[in-house]
Amino acid sequence: MGYRSNLERVLSEGKFAVTAEIGPPKGSDPNKIKDKAEIVKGYADAFNVTDNQTAVVRLSSMGGSVILINSGLEPVMQITCRDRNRIALQSDVLGAASIGIRNILFLTGDHQSFGNHPDAKGVYDLDSIQLTKIVKDMRDEGVFESGDKILSGNPDIFIGAAANPFADPFELRVDRLEKKIDSGADFIQTQSVFNLDKFNIWMDEVRSRDLDKKVHILAGITPLKSLRMAERMKFHVPGVDMPDEIYEKIKNSADPKQEGYNLAIELINDVKKIKGVHGIHITALFWEDILPDLVKETGLYPRP
Amino acid sequence: MIITRQKEFNELLSLIKEGPVFIIGCSECATLCHTGGEEEVLSMMEDLKKKNIETTGWVILEPACHLLNDKRLLKQHKAEIDKAKKILVFACGNGAQTVSEIITDIDVIPGNDTLFLGEIKRASDFEKRCVMCGDCIQDLFEGVCPISRCPKSLLNGPCGGSIDGKCEVDKDIDCIWDIIYKRLKEKGQLDRLKKIREPKKWSKSTEMRRVL
Repeated sequence: MGYRSNLERVLSEGKFAVTAEIGPPKGSDPNKIKDKAEIVKGYADAFNVTDNQTAVVRLSSMGGSVILINSGLEPVMQITCRDRNRIALQSDVLGAASIGIRNILFLTGDHQSFGNHPDAKGVYDLDSIQLTKIVKDMRDEGVFESGDKILSGNPDIFIGAAANPFADPFELRVDRLEKKIDSGADFIQTQSVFNLDKFNIWMDEVRSRDLDKKVHILAGITPLKSLRMAERMKFHVPGVDMPDEIYEKIKNSADPKQEGYNLAIELINDVKKIKGVHGIHITALFWEDILPDLVKETGLYPRP
Repeated sequence: MIITRQKEFNELLSLIKEGPVFIIGCSECATLCHTGGEEEVLSMMEDLKKKNIETTGWVILEPACHLLNDKRLLKQHKAEIDKAKKILVFACGNGAQTVSEIITDIDVIPGNDTLFLGEIKRASDFEKRCVMCGDCIQDLFEGVCPISRCPKSLLNGPCGGSIDGKCEVDKDIDCIWDIIYKRLKEKGQLDRLKKIREPKKWSKSTEMRRVL
């Protein structure tokens, strides 16, 4: 059977997938991505390229994805609704598909007030669910959002979306996931898992609705590199739920970096055992070179 | 109501540069917002005087957005207006433009920033309610408009940043999706949130048609 992408193949074959994030540089130097690519190549099935994450201007996710393809890595291009309207979004999906990008993750995006251009006007013409649905219709029905027909080549994209099992109202969190599945998501990458108990409650509900059979769920793993990062994640990043216990462990450790690494290993081993979790998505922010060790030590290397 | 906020006094001074000025207020929204009623206009006169900027006269338009009323009232102050180097308008963005349609030979300075269409909760406590999109869909959301009240205008919310009923963008504001959720939960209709809401039809907004 033909798969759209390596990521789709790994997930469809029922193997435990690994994706990892590569943050593009604040500048046009392609070597910043190429160098990271060399280090992580072969240690994940596909690599997310973020779209101006936290609303800070960086090299574009499409540019970064092309650099990865040329380096022999498979990208998961991220696209947010913050900076483009439905015309630009659909156009970028066509453009991405035309240059060989096969996985795209659709997000609403971090609000511009958090970034380095707080005077920018946010677009938010669509939300992530609407965009997911539009891309599914472009791919499967060959129509644009307006109903106009695609004339030459439906974008053959493996569609990704995000889920946050930890935000409020908690009761709606699985409904939100279901909505993303209904809108056309093929795979889901979750918010960073630190609160394993809450994640398990969410997964119980996911399984009870058989949603794990309708979509591939990759649990978010964020290794904590320092106390400063743990503080940022715990107190300042919207939507992150870090239990005090984990924060204290980092805070009281003589070697927070090693502790953060150990915690990530523990978390990966724990989520691997959760039924219905089909992989992990590792976000090692400014710490991409940790990926090979993490993957090897958790028995996830070599990649299928 | 149209909610306005007076510009910082120093910013006003830098816009005025040199006097004398003629000051215009508005009897409606700006009076209720305390940004352009008689009281504010008179106190502005005092403050400017302390900075050696004289005022040739003042008037409260009824209201500033009414072209014919403005023409009639401003005519009565023609002599005072002619003596001024700047016209300072404490109304909304509309009011200031209606004035500059009539007074074309003197610079018109907007003294207020126009913020939104909103509700007066208490005196000087306002909350945004509407962005005048031209296609009201609040019936789909329990009478709460996510286009104007969610910073990301999510029609399929809440996003992943809703914490304890507060918005990730500003902890001082309520997550509008949390309010929608609570209203539906009370009615036992949470299932309504499962429906995928279609993209907004911005063709119905007046953006493309400036005259009705």
